[in-house]
Amino acid sequence: MTLTKKLLATAVMSAMAATSTLAQAGQYSDDEIRVAYLADMSGTYSALSGPGGLEAAKMAIEDIGGSINGKKITIVSADDQNKPDIGANKVRQWIDVDNIDMVAGMVASSVTIAVNKVVEQKNKISLVSGSAASSITNEYCTPNSIHWVYDTYALAHGTAKAVVQEGGKSWFMLTADYAFGHALERDVEKVVQENGGEIVDKVRHPFPTSDFSSFILQAQGSGAQVIGLANAGADTTNSLKTASEFGITQAGQKLAGLLIFLNDVHSLGLKVTQGLQLTTGFYWDRTEETRAWSQRYFERTGRMPTMVQAGVYSSLMHYFKAVQAADTDETQAVLQQMRDTPVNDFFAQNGKIRIDGRMVHDMYLAEVKKPADSTNEWDLYKVLRTIPGDEAYRPLSESQCKLVQK
Amino acid sequence: MTELLGIPPQVLFGQMLIGLINGSFYALLSLGLAIIFGLLNIINFSHGAQYMLGAFAAWLGLQYFGVNYWVALVLAPVCVAAFGILLERTLLRRLYREDHLYGLLLTFGLALIIEGSFVHWFGVSGQPYAVPESLQGGQNLGFMFLPTYRGWIIVASLVVCFGTWYMIERTRLGAYLRAGTENPQLMQAFGINVPLLITLTYGYGVALAALAGVLAAPIYQVSPVMGSNLLITVFAVVVIGGMGSILGSILTGLLMGLIEGLTKVFYPEASSTVIFLVMIIILLVRPAGLFGKEA
Repeated sequence: MTLTKKLLATAVMSAMAATSTLAQAGQYSDDEIRVAYLADMSGTYSALSGPGGLEAAKMAIEDIGGSINGKKITIVSADDQNKPDIGANKVRQWIDVDNIDMVAGMVASSVTIAVNKVVEQKNKISLVSGSAASSITNEYCTPNSIHWVYDTYALAHGTAKAVVQEGGKSWFMLTADYAFGHALERDVEKVVQENGGEIVDKVRHPFPTSDFSSFILQAQGSGAQVIGLANAGADTTNSLKTASEFGITQAGQKLAGLLIFLNDVHSLGLKVTQGLQLTTGFYWDRTEETRAWSQRYFERTGRMPTMVQAGVYSSLMHYFKAVQAADTDETQAVLQQMRDTPVNDFFAQNGKIRIDGRMVHDMYLAEVKKPADSTNEWDLYKVLRTIPGDEAYRPLSESQCKLVQK
Repeated sequence: MTELLGIPPQVLFGQMLIGLINGSFYALLSLGLAIIFGLLNIINFSHGAQYMLGAFAAWLGLQYFGVNYWVALVLAPVCVAAFGILLERTLLRRLYREDHLYGLLLTFGLALIIEGSFVHWFGVSGQPYAVPESLQGGQNLGFMFLPTYRGWIIVASLVVCFGTWYMIERTRLGAYLRAGTENPQLMQAFGINVPLLITLTYGYGVALAALAGVLAAPIYQVSPVMGSNLLITVFAVVVIGGMGSILGSILTGLLMGLIEGLTKVFYPEASSTVIFLVMIIILLVRPAGLFGKEA
């Protein structure tokens, strides 16, 4: 081969390479960035995610300017009714018919696991802010989903560890009977046992349940020092209320709410919840930035954000910035950009997205204030300590995720 | 200490008492449904929403007008009944001659509208309602700690349930009512205002639901969806008891509370389904229900 031919061949090849990267940058499906918001919009989890989360998503769209690199952002939303089949079908339809690029929100863990399968098959992106089950980034991990706010592993390691170390050695678990409850129960049992405690007994209650008196009575009869509530939403508020009615704490037993949201404490009131320790991924009244963002959210919704609603904004913003930087809405390019960039905003400092899809950021151990210490309606928590992200979340060395190389 | 089925008797007694307390809610709610169905032939799907309205009326009264629990116990059912009567006069009345299905769809739609509006106004997580001061605290019964308020629920609902049964089955007014549904034309001919009787009956059934709502307010969160969670179970209770049977609905309500309570001890995962299991068995063995008369 002559030198000229070699040169020519190289030139052609590099030109081809250049066109292919060019084809990716600036390429947008349908000439629009289409995002979707899926959550419980009317049921037991709608107060912690629901319409408030949709408002947070809209804030993110407005804050990025309504369009990225000249491409308009549109949003669709739906109520999954906490039913995996409804959620998965809706997302499949959104992808097939409406050509969405990604879905955010996602609450009930059972729904999320089902939706993530669809999202992986279709090579789109899901940013999970509402769900708790740590299995989402463990045995059910996918390369297309990112778990943003918290998980059962972090909750157990935050709250259960603190309670056991303070002397609460024997536990009675009250567990919601589905994926999330089981995951939380498993993670709590492990933490309790590792720290020298034991699980005396446990009850799995149907989801949702309205009357907890029978279960609280069983917990009382078990003689355990601590009653661990591995449930969420209305189930948790009803458990707490019944426990207070049956004089659980006066009789010397301690309650550990493993998953308590700001709206739960707000609606139950400080009288019932005071002194309760909990782990949260976000609290509005923690720093200047959290206050500033939450105040804006409050002006739109009349409520302070839960960690889930703040997470919806944070995750979408990170997505939008990645689209902006990669100049495309192509799934793998955006995911790569998201993983390469640390998350730095009001929600997380130096958050990083791991290969298993876990967004690792600092968590906070908080205590519910006494009524006398609270200065306003939303002044509910005292942050006791910051749990560094690497301590809060499951280390990759313990992961069963298929994407983690061992 | 002897054990029954591996469980100490004290625990079992405690659970049975708890079951009875829940059963008295079922009894109160299914009684209202049974009256409305038995006398008006309407399957009242907005019963759950009316129960929720009762709880909310009590909460709103306390929050904005300082109405205390005892006054709310009377006032809330009256207000909700007035709302029910309005619905009966304007909407339900038109459907008496139609198939059951129309009444069911209309009341179901109304329930969705009412609940949706309350979710919109108050959010889904609910509002707290404090136990009235005179009923706070509890008694140690030896086998369990019984909060005074739960004891009050049993007493109040039993008195109301059996009072209602007595009124319908044993008094002249009750006789008019039963006759009015058997043969309205004949009753009209005797100079009895049957439409008024029917309106008041619907109002009374609704008031029972609202009363259950007020009783429930201090122990559950006052939430827009509190009724829809309960309604299907209560319908199952009515079917088991025999559609339209007054005494049947009361006794079945208590019985189902007991069965559910025991399931929560032996196999808690099934506690939300056990009533439907019983329903299927009863429908196979006695299609008209435990207390129903074969057509």
